[in-house]
Amino acid sequence: MTHFESEIAALQEKLLLMASRAEAAVNKAIRALVEREDDLAREVIQDDDYVDGLEKEVDEQVVLLLAKAPLAKQLRLIVSASKIARDLERVGDEATTIARRAIELNTEPQLKPYVDIPRMATMAMQMLNAALRAFTTGETHLAVEVIPQDKDVDALNRQLYRELASYMIEKPPTITRCLHLMTISKSLERIADHAKNIAEDVVYLYEGRDIRHGIAPPA
Amino acid sequence: MAAPTSISAKNSSTQAETRPLLETRNLELFYGTSRALKGISIGIRENLVTAFIGPSGCGKSTFLRCFNRMNDLIDGVRIVGECKVGGEDIYAKDVDVIELRKRVGMVFQRSNPFPKSIFDNIAYGLRLQGIRSRSEIEGIVEQSLKGAAIWDEVKDRLHQSALGLSGGQQQRLCIARAIAIRPQVLLMDEPASALDPIATGKVEDLIVELKKDFTIVIVTHNMQQATRISDYTAFFYIGELVEYDLTTKIFTNPAKKQTEDYVTGRFG
Repeated sequence: MTHFESEIAALQEKLLLMASRAEAAVNKAIRALVEREDDLAREVIQDDDYVDGLEKEVDEQVVLLLAKAPLAKQLRLIVSASKIARDLERVGDEATTIARRAIELNTEPQLKPYVDIPRMATMAMQMLNAALRAFTTGETHLAVEVIPQDKDVDALNRQLYRELASYMIEKPPTITRCLHLMTISKSLERIADHAKNIAEDVVYLYEGRDIRHGIAPPA
Repeated sequence: MAAPTSISAKNSSTQAETRPLLETRNLELFYGTSRALKGISIGIRENLVTAFIGPSGCGKSTFLRCFNRMNDLIDGVRIVGECKVGGEDIYAKDVDVIELRKRVGMVFQRSNPFPKSIFDNIAYGLRLQGIRSRSEIEGIVEQSLKGAAIWDEVKDRLHQSALGLSGGQQQRLCIARAIAIRPQVLLMDEPASALDPIATGKVEDLIVELKKDFTIVIVTHNMQQATRISDYTAFFYIGELVEYDLTTKIFTNPAKKQTEDYVTGRFG
């Protein structure tokens, strides 16, 4: 391994560390909501600074590595790393949002058993997991499979919105709680969007194909 | 490997206009019994910059010199296969090599101005061509120096020795000398490798500017330079043309592993 290759490996390593922290934050935030555990939520909020710091470190490394004028796959990896780091940082932010809303919700009686939200969380986390596994292993088919799943999470988010809207109409005292749940649902929907972005970056990284927006690049 | 597929895809509506200006088919070159070029087929398009890259000894400079028969000057060189400029076989018996070299000019790694004045460096070739009119020569000298982006730096000392210029200025003077006789093609063999980054930048800007009027083929070891100035890139390895495609493709997503390994510095 050349010196430059080991620097690139260190960048990948940092990104994976960031990914594991972001994933853990989302899982913990959902547990904080479902198990009504404020302490877990507070941990998520505190830990977010760490993920933010990692994003800055990744970007610093990216700039240093770009200054060494990489080409071909190394160039694609470095550019993708910066984009993936941004997506992971946003995943961390969404986890914080969920945690904050969980703390608010925990001050009042539970509106209803949480079924769809944990389901959405599982779907979004599976997408994120698959995209990151594809990033680590180069199995781009895993990344390609992630992309259509985003629509399922979107559909679940819309369904939850409709359900919560009727709740609010029927029982105005639930409005605050419903709005918190809507925000959480939207956060999960965004996490799925970030997973999709990462999956698209992984395909670009390994195959050099830009599949964003479902548009094939010009020949 | 003939013209890359992406060229025909890109320019399918203007096929006639985009016929390659320089073309080889199964070109082989031997130094004595050693085969230095192994069946190279390529089509190089007009008014574009094409870069040749590859590790030392891969044959890229040898191949470049085939296009103006500079290899004829080396003992024991034998060439088989086709090599055409503007559709004409330049190795045919009746080809006038002097005329060919007027059409296909060359700029070398080390600037090599004549030990004469700046003016005479350019006027010399024009006089050899039989141009006698002082005003015509003056006009072409000025035009060439402007074309090579060096006019402003030398216009007040045209009659001083060219050897007093800096390395970067000397190289641009050599480019001015090459373009003065209005060739169709400019072959450049590592034209900026002996220059500092500022002079390199000027020569690179000049190359991009010159492609409006000339077809340029450049050998370079500096891959970032190839990415900055060339439209197409050909990667050579041990006498073979491994990959030839749009520069953006070669440097961001090459098709062949050997190219990937070379541009990422894994060998060479």
